[in-house]
Amino acid sequence: MADSLPTEFDVVIIGTGLPESILAAACSRSGQRVLHLDSRSYYGGNWASFSFSGLLSWLKEHQQNGDNAEESTASWQGLVHETEEAIALRKKDETIEHIEVFCYASQDMDDNIEEISALQKNPSAVTSKPLDSVCLSEETNSLHVTSSETHAKDTPKSDEEISLEVTDVEDILAEEKCCGDKTCINTASGGDKDENKPIEEDNTDQPKRNRITYSQIVKEGRRFNIDLVSKLLYSQGLLIDLLIKSNVSRYAEFKNVTRILAFREGKVEQVPCSRADVFNSKELTMVEKRILMKFLTFCLDYEQHPDQYQAFVHCSFSDYLKTKKLTPNLQHFVLHSIAMTESSCTTIDGLKATKNFLRCLGRFGNTPFLFPLYGQGEIPQCFCRMCAVFGGIYCLRHKVQCLIVDKESGRCKAIIDHLDQRINAKYFIVEDSYLSEETCSNVQYKQISRAVLITDQSILKKADSDQQISILIVPPMESGTCAVRVTELCSSTMTCMKDTYLVHLTCSSSKTAREDLESVVKKLFTPYTETEIDKEELTKPRLLWALYFNMRDSSGISRSSYNGLPSNVYVCSGPDCGLGNEHAVKQAETLFQEIFPNEDFCPPPPNPEDIIFDGDDKQPEALGTNNIIMAKPDSSEENKNPESPENHLQN
Amino acid sequence: MHGRLKVKTSEEQAEAKRLEREQKLKLYQSATQTVFQKRQAGELDESVLELTSQILGANPDFATLWNCRREVLQRLEAQKSPEELAALVKTELGFLESCLRVNPKSYGTWHHRCWLLGRLPEPNWARELELCARFLEVDERNFHCWDYRRFVAAQAAVPPAEELAFTDSLITRNFSNYSSWHYRSCLLPQLHPQPDSGPQGRLPEDVLLKELELVQNAFFTDPNDQSAWFYHRWLLGRADPQDALRCLHVSRDEACLTVSFSRPVLVGPRTETLLLMVDESPLAVEWRTPDGRNWPGHVWLCDLPATSLNDQLPHHTFRVIWTAGDAQKECVLLKGHQEGWCRDSATDEQLFRCELSVEKSTVLQSELESCKELQELEPENKWCLLTIILLMRALDPLLYEKETLQYFQTLKAVDPMRAAYLDDLRSKFLLENSLLKMEYAEVRVLHLGHKDLTVLCHLEQLLLVTHLDLSHNRLRALPPALAALRCLEVLQANDNAIESLDGVTNLPRLQELSLCNNRLQQRMVLQPLASCPRLVLLNLQGNPLCQAVGTSEYLAELLPLVNSILV
Repeated sequence: MADSLPTEFDVVIIGTGLPESILAAACSRSGQRVLHLDSRSYYGGNWASFSFSGLLSWLKEHQQNGDNAEESTASWQGLVHETEEAIALRKKDETIEHIEVFCYASQDMDDNIEEISALQKNPSAVTSKPLDSVCLSEETNSLHVTSSETHAKDTPKSDEEISLEVTDVEDILAEEKCCGDKTCINTASGGDKDENKPIEEDNTDQPKRNRITYSQIVKEGRRFNIDLVSKLLYSQGLLIDLLIKSNVSRYAEFKNVTRILAFREGKVEQVPCSRADVFNSKELTMVEKRILMKFLTFCLDYEQHPDQYQAFVHCSFSDYLKTKKLTPNLQHFVLHSIAMTESSCTTIDGLKATKNFLRCLGRFGNTPFLFPLYGQGEIPQCFCRMCAVFGGIYCLRHKVQCLIVDKESGRCKAIIDHLDQRINAKYFIVEDSYLSEETCSNVQYKQISRAVLITDQSILKKADSDQQISILIVPPMESGTCAVRVTELCSSTMTCMKDTYLVHLTCSSSKTAREDLESVVKKLFTPYTETEIDKEELTKPRLLWALYFNMRDSSGISRSSYNGLPSNVYVCSGPDCGLGNEHAVKQAETLFQEIFPNEDFCPPPPNPEDIIFDGDDKQPEALGTNNIIMAKPDSSEENKNPESPENHLQN
Repeated sequence: MHGRLKVKTSEEQAEAKRLEREQKLKLYQSATQTVFQKRQAGELDESVLELTSQILGANPDFATLWNCRREVLQRLEAQKSPEELAALVKTELGFLESCLRVNPKSYGTWHHRCWLLGRLPEPNWARELELCARFLEVDERNFHCWDYRRFVAAQAAVPPAEELAFTDSLITRNFSNYSSWHYRSCLLPQLHPQPDSGPQGRLPEDVLLKELELVQNAFFTDPNDQSAWFYHRWLLGRADPQDALRCLHVSRDEACLTVSFSRPVLVGPRTETLLLMVDESPLAVEWRTPDGRNWPGHVWLCDLPATSLNDQLPHHTFRVIWTAGDAQKECVLLKGHQEGWCRDSATDEQLFRCELSVEKSTVLQSELESCKELQELEPENKWCLLTIILLMRALDPLLYEKETLQYFQTLKAVDPMRAAYLDDLRSKFLLENSLLKMEYAEVRVLHLGHKDLTVLCHLEQLLLVTHLDLSHNRLRALPPALAALRCLEVLQANDNAIESLDGVTNLPRLQELSLCNNRLQQRMVLQPLASCPRLVLLNLQGNPLCQAVGTSEYLAELLPLVNSILV
């Protein structure tokens, strides 16, 4: 199939991360012929989300780094003409480092005591040892789960080439979601002793602590959608605006983050940030309520009141807050949880950040953030889908060996893929991680420290509902380190199994991920043990499973730091450390305007009733190759989704 | 592949839209016409339902068509079998819901739903509550829906506690919700009925304190939101005063009995009935108001026959029974006395504790403290300032008098749009204070000079005053209610801006009237003075009408009995 790919495109895009996917959608929407490639078997690159088993495979792949670096440059050399030269691309992804996995959940399968003693390791003894063996053994134990998993979720992604016919994809995706429930019911009826209720079910009446074993996690692995990057959408942010404007929002569903938390004096507490929060808060005194509201109202249009901050423009924001009569807890809330800045940030930057936060309140709910159901990895895929709707062609697991540059014009004219096929195009967009070491030899990368935890309880339990999505900023413990961003997802976000929470920790690295984050993890959580521990520890949520890794942050790199790239090769960066997606959207839009200065960036799709179907139109040339069925912006699709985009953004 | 998508141009779109609208209008007009024709012809059948639903489906605010539908449904009720009717009702309910989706604030639609539900033998109230909850989810301040919810809750006898919890949940979401607060004020007294003797419509202290905390949370969070302040005022408010006769006055000279009521009443054959017992035997009398207009008022009086006032007995007792108000009062006229009276003391009854009065002054005190705290943070918040003033009034009007006046000044500065209202309110409070002081002093002389008054009120409380000084204020009129001052002998109202004297009417004992430096322009306004039989001294110096030629002559003719007129 792959050898019948067309050989002429307008734009070839390598990498399916968020900026590349947005660009793909924008190019395709404006009528360019787009080929979108990814060497991995999944969409999203470092923006992807994985099921539990998917994550284990991903870990395995990255832990094997270093071996089998076969240097077979041979075959494609012959395809380069004399007037051309080749720029080799990187063969192996090197953006992930320092992976460490810890399993605390009990690993006995059938309450067999001997099994426990054989398999279960005292977590304190294991802490420094990456549990490769455990992962592997569990992997073999749970093969049936993995296979059903592949069926349910990975099928549409794992095809060698996906030729998209829109209505079919619609069906597949719809099916996929139902499938999630169906398979769940199937496994339940398939003789499992555990009760496997559908995940949507409300489980508010569960005061007792559930005992969750590793095998349950593996068995329910399909319930997890574990993000590699932990981000949220600002509800007035660039990404939301783009999703709505381009109507891509119809492909995704969102939930409002339900609460903003703060970590102060060793305790987690909820930050009242909206008017309703302040009104309902039991922790604040009346006077504090007023002072906080007054300050926040001022921040909303601080530019109009220069007299109130002019004298402090050279101070840090934290010093400025001290002058505003805010009590210490309010200062903490504003500084860390609302402005989410470092203490050293200037007054103006702090006010700006506060204003941005407040501006986003109330659009979709009582907090400024949205989280995409099924994980952040959905977003790049939504844009890919839009690209496909307008005729873009997708190939996963499709490696590109090199870029071919015409010596005379100095422009890139083609790529050679792993099947030694030469594909010509006018523009090339490459994600940073695909560029070779030679190309990047001058580049200084930053790192992001990440931790992914599976826990058994929320960090702030609430009587009314255990289905909370929370964000918490833990200020730096000592100077010189960074604030740590913690996002806690409940099972109704479709990212973790029932009775568990998925916790993401993120900060920009100063050391390895574990060194950066472990102290925060210890403050908030306690490792899961079978034996009783003292009461104070019991109030903390227990860790069932933990993963640390570092991810390369290529966001701040200027185009000129890359060596020898032709001018028509554009570089997209991987995920940045920030909370929002502003960097990716901005980058995509800037690059798009650079390439197509006169084109509209992701304009709204035409109204279905304004589309004239012209059956006698000359058949497009692409139809000649039979594996690609053309993407009709079919009105049937409109009928399936009659709501306006905003309706999709659920509160 | 890319040339395939063709989109209509904007002109084409506009043209298509125009045609569509024209078509719509035609349909609408013809349907309306047909409905009216059929209605006139008395053809109230299902076709009318069909036609009206087409129109109302697009425009649910066509009230006449809802009436049409009701007529049809009423007729069908008689003709159809119960099963057919049930099906009809089901469609009607569904149709109503679709209309509400077109316009959730359509009076006609909600009303029609009320009407329909009221006629059903077994209405499904649970479904209706659900419907309300859904519409309030979309717009929590839709008062049409709130209204309907109260109707449904009353019909379905939903326990007040459940409804209260519902208002809780909506206030939690957004406390800026007048309807929700208002509903609380209806539900709480139902939930916590007071013992019979207690003031009705008030709350026990523990509930009250909880509500006060809730509402304080609201106005500390957003002091500019009025809904919370309104509720706060209701919480601290007092029950409507019991109907009562405030004062009874009998005068031998004028052979007249005067009664003052706790609220304006209209006494007459077909309205309020008053019984007068003189020495325990009923006496038929004719009641009138002091100004002779017989409009609803606080003060009514009647002439007494000479027999009821003769000196044969050591005393006469006069008892007035107000049947509707379930109140009565008695006074005694002793032999040799010119007059007798009986009245409630303003000090005892705390008549002027304005609207705010909770039983426990500690509650008021702590409310005052939190409001002052808020005022420090929000020095320019008018609601806070006004509430402070009201609380001070309720606590101790005389003690806080000076402070209150300062707050008035601030309030006027921050809320200049309502300056006149505030002036009037301030006048009212000052008058009340003066009245209290007068009573404490046990005199019948009231000094209201130099107080910057803009309006006179509570005049019905001044029934017994003989000397009244209103000089150096900003009064623009002596209002008709002044006629209630039946004992007034001397009235000084110099240095005001008085233009009319309607209230100086039928004052039987008025001897001296001083109106220097006012704005009396037309001679005509002096007309009422002629009705004061004992007027001997009139000072009009410094008024514009003094400049006019012939004023003295006019006055001499108008007031022949007044021996000294200063012009």
